[in-house]
Amino acid sequence: MSAGSGMDFRGLVTPEDGRPRLPGSLHTNRRLSQWITFHADGRVTIRPGKVELGQGILTALAQIAADELDVSLARIGVQTAATPDSPNEGVTSGSLSVQDCGSALRHACANARAIHLQVAAQKTGVPLEALRVEDGTFFGPAGPVGSYWAQADDALLECAASPEVKAKPPSARRIAGTSAPRLDLPDKVFGAARFVHDLRLPGMLHARVVRPPARGARLVELREGGPPLPGGARVVRDGSFLAVVAAAEHDAEAAAARLAARVRWEEADTLPDERALADWLREAPHEDSVVIERAADDVALAGQTVRTCFFRPPVAHASVGTCCAVARWSGGTLEVWTHSQGVYNLRTDLAKVLRIAPERILVRHVEGAGCYGHNGADDVALDAALVARAVPDQPVRVLWSRAEELGWSPFSSAMLVEVEATADAAGNLVSWRCEIISNGHSSRPGRMQDPTLLSGAYVEGGVPVPPSINPPIAGGGGAQRNAIPLYRIPNLRIGLRRLTVMPLRTSALRGLGAPVNVWAIESTMDELAAHAGADPVEFRLRHLDDPRAAEVLRAAAEMAGWAGRARREGVGMGVGFARYKNASAWCAVVAEIAAEATVRATRLWIAADVGEAINPDGVANQLEGGAIHGVSMALKEAVRFDRRRVTSDSWETYPILRFSEVPVVQTRLIQRPDQPPLGAGECALAPSVAAIAGAIRDALGVRVRAMPFTPETIAAAMDAA
Amino acid sequence: MTTRFTLNGTAVSVDLPGEVSLLHALRGPLGLSGPRYGCGAEQCGTCMVLVEGTPRYACTLALDAVEGKAVRTVEGLGTPEAPHPLQAAFLAEQAGQCGFCLPGILVSAAALLDRDPDPDDAAIRAALDPHLCRCGSHNRIIRAVRRAARAMREGRAAA
Repeated sequence: MSAGSGMDFRGLVTPEDGRPRLPGSLHTNRRLSQWITFHADGRVTIRPGKVELGQGILTALAQIAADELDVSLARIGVQTAATPDSPNEGVTSGSLSVQDCGSALRHACANARAIHLQVAAQKTGVPLEALRVEDGTFFGPAGPVGSYWAQADDALLECAASPEVKAKPPSARRIAGTSAPRLDLPDKVFGAARFVHDLRLPGMLHARVVRPPARGARLVELREGGPPLPGGARVVRDGSFLAVVAAAEHDAEAAAARLAARVRWEEADTLPDERALADWLREAPHEDSVVIERAADDVALAGQTVRTCFFRPPVAHASVGTCCAVARWSGGTLEVWTHSQGVYNLRTDLAKVLRIAPERILVRHVEGAGCYGHNGADDVALDAALVARAVPDQPVRVLWSRAEELGWSPFSSAMLVEVEATADAAGNLVSWRCEIISNGHSSRPGRMQDPTLLSGAYVEGGVPVPPSINPPIAGGGGAQRNAIPLYRIPNLRIGLRRLTVMPLRTSALRGLGAPVNVWAIESTMDELAAHAGADPVEFRLRHLDDPRAAEVLRAAAEMAGWAGRARREGVGMGVGFARYKNASAWCAVVAEIAAEATVRATRLWIAADVGEAINPDGVANQLEGGAIHGVSMALKEAVRFDRRRVTSDSWETYPILRFSEVPVVQTRLIQRPDQPPLGAGECALAPSVAAIAGAIRDALGVRVRAMPFTPETIAAAMDAA
Repeated sequence: MTTRFTLNGTAVSVDLPGEVSLLHALRGPLGLSGPRYGCGAEQCGTCMVLVEGTPRYACTLALDAVEGKAVRTVEGLGTPEAPHPLQAAFLAEQAGQCGFCLPGILVSAAALLDRDPDPDDAAIRAALDPHLCRCGSHNRIIRAVRRAARAMREGRAAA
C-alpha cells in the first residue's frame, strides 16, 4: 500500500468511529431528512449523494426507495447532488453506488416508513402491526387511516437513522429486481435540455480556454494590438491560464483561435520518448511496495515456469461529449454547475486554488456525457470559476474542445506488468510472482494536500499537480487493482512500483489497473494450461475455490459452446475471468475474434453475478457497455505523444470502436436476490480484454504482450516468439 | 445578415454571419439542445441533423448553406406525446446509457429508414458508422432501429 497518510478516501474505506454501524453512506450521513422528503401533494424526493454518469443509477436508486416505502415508482423524484445539503458520499466511482448509496437509501427508507407508521398508529389507535402501506396510504383493518402525504409537514425525519430497523426481506420486494425503464432516457431520445451543456442561465456568457502548445509551457508574451476580438470578446488571464469570454458561443470560439496566434509560450521537452516508454517506466523515479506476500513451506517450486511482461500505453476517457461547466460569482460566493463525480471533493480543491473558504462555494451536479472515471469534469469547473471571477454576477459557460478533451484530461497510466508463474508436473500452480510498474491511478480532487485541478498548475503562483497515488487494496487498489489472482496459489508475491514523477497526468479510468492485471493473469493461466495440456476453462476451474466464480465461468463457456467449439481458419476463442476488485461482481467473458488484416472481435458471451440485481436490464446494459469499452481498449486505443505534447487529440488520432466493428454481445445474469447488490459498470471490461488476447492466441498461435492488439503489436509478438 | 430556413417544419430566421456554423445557430439563437458539439470536425456525429432529408454535420456546415432549405433535428422527429417510431423503439429497447450521442444517431437512423424500410444489420451499422457511442450501447441501438423499421412497415401496411 502506498497511499501515504492524510489521504481522504471517503467512500472507499469505511471509518471505524465507534458509532453503531449503519449501511453504506448512511453511516457517515445519518440524518434521515438529508436523504428523504415527503411532500403533501403525494410526491417523495430522495437525495442520493451519488450522481448519474450515464450508468442508470438514478433509476436503480428510485426503485430501491419506492420498494422500501411502498409507493409507486412514479412518485419518486431524485434530487441531484449539491453542496452543502446532499449527503457527502465522496465520489461516484468504483462501481460502488448501489453498494454505498443503494444500501443507505434502503435502510433510510425503511426507517422513514417505520417512523411514519409509528406516528400513524399513535394518532389513530390502530395497532402498528395492523397497519400496512399501499402506494403511500396507510391502511388499517377498516380502511385508509392516513398517509405519508398527510404527515409530510411533521418534520418526522429530523432524526438519525436507527440500526435496529430492518429493511424488507428480498421476497417482499416488488420494484427492486425488475427492469424498470430508465427515468432519464426519455429526455435523451427527445433531445431535451438535460446536460450541463444545455444550461441556459439569464445573461450567460460563453468562454473558451487557450491551452498552451506543450505540457507545462509558460505564457511569456501576449501581444497587444491587432484587430479587436470578435463579438467584443474579452481576454481573461491569470499567470499562464488564458481564456476568452463573449456573449455568443461562436464569438468565444473564434476569439480563442485568434488569441492563440498572439501568444508566445516558453516550452520544453517534458515527456518521455513514446517509442521507449516501457524502458522509461523501468527507469523512472519510483517507490516500491509489496501488495501481498505469502509462502508455503511444503510446496516444491520446481515445474513449468512461464515469464511474461505485459505492456499497455496510456489510454484516454474519450467521452463523446466534451467537458463543460457553468460558474457564477456574486458577492464573494461562487456557484458552480458541474458533471463532477464528487461535488464535495471538487469544492475542496476549488477552495484551495481560488483561496476562499469552501463554505462560500456551492457546487451543483448536472449530468454530463458518459463518464468512465476521473476525466476533465473537475478541471473545466475550475476553468469556469476562473473566468467567471473576471465578470462578477454573470454566469459563464466553458466548453472544452475535442483537442482539450483528448489531450488534457487525466489518462489511465501506462503500465508494465511482469509475471513469473510456476506449475508443478501435475499442472497445479505452485508459485506466482508479479511486479507492477505504473503511475498512480488516482489524482482526484479533494484527497491530497495540493489541489489536482489542471489549471491550478497554470495560474499565478500555482503548483504542479502532484503525482497520482494508489488507493489501498482494502479500498480496491489502483495500479494493483485485481493483481491478486483469485486462483489457488501457495506461494505468492506481488510488488507494486509507483512512479513518483508524472509527465502525463494520470488518474482513475474504468477498472484502474484491472484491465492490465487481469489480462496478465489470464494470459499466464492460458500459457500454463497449454503446458499442462489442459483446456483453459477447465484449468481455471481446477484452481478456483469460490463457487460463484466457478459458476460464471461455466455459464460463459456454456453460452459460447466452448466445449464443442470447432477450429476454424482465422477464427479464435478466448476466455477471461475476474471478480472485480476481488470483492465485487464476478464476471466471465468468452470472446470470438476473426484475424483478418486486423483483429476484429465478432462475438462476446458474458456471464456475471452482481448479487441482487436492482435492475437486471440496467445491469445487462452496463455489462455490454463495459465489455465493448474493453474491446475498444484492447484493439484500438493508445494515447500518442511527442516530447512536448499529446498528439492523439482528435478522433482520427485516437480512434475508438465504431458501429461497424462492435461485436454481437450476449449476457447472462446469475440472479441472487438474497445477496448484497454489487456494482456492474466495471466488472466486464478487464475479462473482455483478457478474452480477446486469448482468442488471438487461439487463432494465430501468438501471445500478444502489448496493447492495443494491432497488426504492429501482433507482428512484434510473432517476432519475439 | 439574416438566414431563413425551415426548422422542424417551422419557418425561422437567424441574424448571424453566414459563415457561423449551423450548430451554433441551432444551439444559440434557435434554442435547441438536441444537436451537440462533440468534435467540430465531422468525426463523431453528435451534431448530425437532416438537411433536405440528408444527414449533415451541423458543426462544419455554414449557416448560409441552409438558406431556404428544410432542416430537421431530433426535436422535429417526435415528442413524448407523439414519439417517432424510432424514439419509441429506443425507449422500448432501453437503447442508451449517457444518451449524449442519441440525437445524432436518431436523425441518421430516420434518414436510413426513409430510404430503406427494411435494412439488415449491416446496413444499419453502415448508416450509423459516422456516429460514436462511447458507452457501448451499439447493439441495443441496432436492435431499436430494426424494431422501429418493423413498426413503420406494419404501420404502412395497416394504413
